[in-house]
Amino acid sequence: MKSFSKNDLYLIIAFLAVFALITVFLQLTGKEGTQVQVSVDAKVIATYPLSEDISVVIDGFGGGTNRLEIKGGSAYLTDTSCPDHLCEKMGKINSVGQSIICLPNRVVVEITGDCSSEYDAVVGG
Amino acid sequence: MDKTRRIALYGVLTALALIMSFVESQIPAFMAVPGMKLGLTNVVVLFALYADSEKGAIIINVARIIMVALLFGNAMSFSFSLAGGALSGLVMILLKRTKRFGITGVSTAGAVSHNIGQILVAMVVMNTSAIALYLPFLWASGIISGILIGIIGGIIASRISIN
Repeated sequence: MKSFSKNDLYLIIAFLAVFALITVFLQLTGKEGTQVQVSVDAKVIATYPLSEDISVVIDGFGGGTNRLEIKGGSAYLTDTSCPDHLCEKMGKINSVGQSIICLPNRVVVEITGDCSSEYDAVVGG
Repeated sequence: MDKTRRIALYGVLTALALIMSFVESQIPAFMAVPGMKLGLTNVVVLFALYADSEKGAIIINVARIIMVALLFGNAMSFSFSLAGGALSGLVMILLKRTKRFGITGVSTAGAVSHNIGQILVAMVVMNTSAIALYLPFLWASGIISGILIGIIGGIIASRISIN
């Protein structure tokens, strides 16, 4: 059995090409955000400017907490109460539409632009 | 291969896939982006697909997903892995049927489609399209891990005979 043929190479090149297209598309459409919007259980509870360095505790669903840090124009989560700390590993965000999600606490932190109509609101949950 | 041998083989492979899932969940380096995985379990599924049958690959994959969800996961992780597993299983089987691609191409397509399936479910569950921004990371990691797993799967499938 041949495990690697020319067709495989073409397939992989095609995948890489699509990857490049997606990346370029997201780069071109991505705008630097100005606001950080925090929602818990699909309800927006707070909005912070991205330009101001802050550190606040978010009370999540079911008693869980996350600490939201905004520093140097980027937002990230630290000190999470849930066991997996996945949201901390999601890193820093600063472009419109980027988000950090903590599933256990139902916390969604999103970057939005000046005009809220630029981005679809998060509804339901 | 008679029925008894086949049942035993599927049992062993399902157990192996479970262990792979567990080992993978213990590697924090692949947690940087949710859904990013090495795809070790796919070695087992690929092996089943090439050394046994399409049916075998589907049975082992589904049994593995259900058991992983029962042992380590929840309803949410179950829906994620079921969507990823179903889509990648389907893509791998169809691609193998074309007989135009080797195990490496099949594995890569499986890995990428696995990540796409997960993103689609995440979009539905979280009700936000923002998750699509993870697509480039998952796409790239799918290509890399798919190639590696395909090469490993090819070596294993060519060296182990189950009949």
